[in-house]
Amino acid sequence: MAKKSIKVRAKEKGGVVTVKALMNHPMETGLRKNKKTGKMFPAHFINEVTATIGGANAIHAYWSGGISKNPYLAFDAPGKKGDELTLSWTDNQGNSESATTKVK
Amino acid sequence: MNTDMKRRVFLKGSLAAGTVGVAVSAGLLAPQAVMAAWPKAEFEAKKMGDLGAASGDINVKAPDIAENGAVVPVTVSHSMNADSVAIYASANGTPLVAQFMGPGAQSEVSTRIKMGKTGDVIAVVKSGGKMHHAKKSVKVTIGGCGG
Repeated sequence: MAKKSIKVRAKEKGGVVTVKALMNHPMETGLRKNKKTGKMFPAHFINEVTATIGGANAIHAYWSGGISKNPYLAFDAPGKKGDELTLSWTDNQGNSESATTKVK
Repeated sequence: MNTDMKRRVFLKGSLAAGTVGVAVSAGLLAPQAVMAAWPKAEFEAKKMGDLGAASGDINVKAPDIAENGAVVPVTVSHSMNADSVAIYASANGTPLVAQFMGPGAQSEVSTRIKMGKTGDVIAVVKSGGKMHHAKKSVKVTIGGCGG
């Protein structure tokens, strides 16, 4: 497994946790050509992202290769300070990665 | 005293191993269990799905002109009770870019998308079984797909 590739932060204000995350991923659509070899780069993108705050589902997303390289995701979800946030992704080649942080 | 210390160290060690195990299973097993649910047909469709009626309760924030179509920041906010939020880039070969569900999709979601050429960024919010949408036109000066 690659080295930790998710940066995630979560901040609580008035019962709403704002989560910001950056993931490292090439996000290849499978439609781009390698100019040197003339072959297509195989599709390699994150197709599923899930996050939980304090054990409860916070967000569940399906993505396509239309998301930019090294994806950024921000969202608001209910939670409180000190809750544990876990964010994980799975890509179309079956790799997955997850990161955990505390809500501040 | 000495044995007591050792016992403490041992307990600490096993506790730490326990949390790592939990984190790994939560991270690895949960997404794979639902991975089969990735809506392949919708994501590979060349046309957009049901957009429903235009709604003023949805706000799509994106730049008027994107200098680099490979990175177009998009923020969707809305004031509906949403089941899901989808983001489409109308000019892309496969327009559906992302779908968000769960409490995190309730108020505001931001991400960065690729746009092949100038077109509309369309946010579709599904609420109570009905679709609502809002769009924002983005002019792309350099394409993001292909190269």
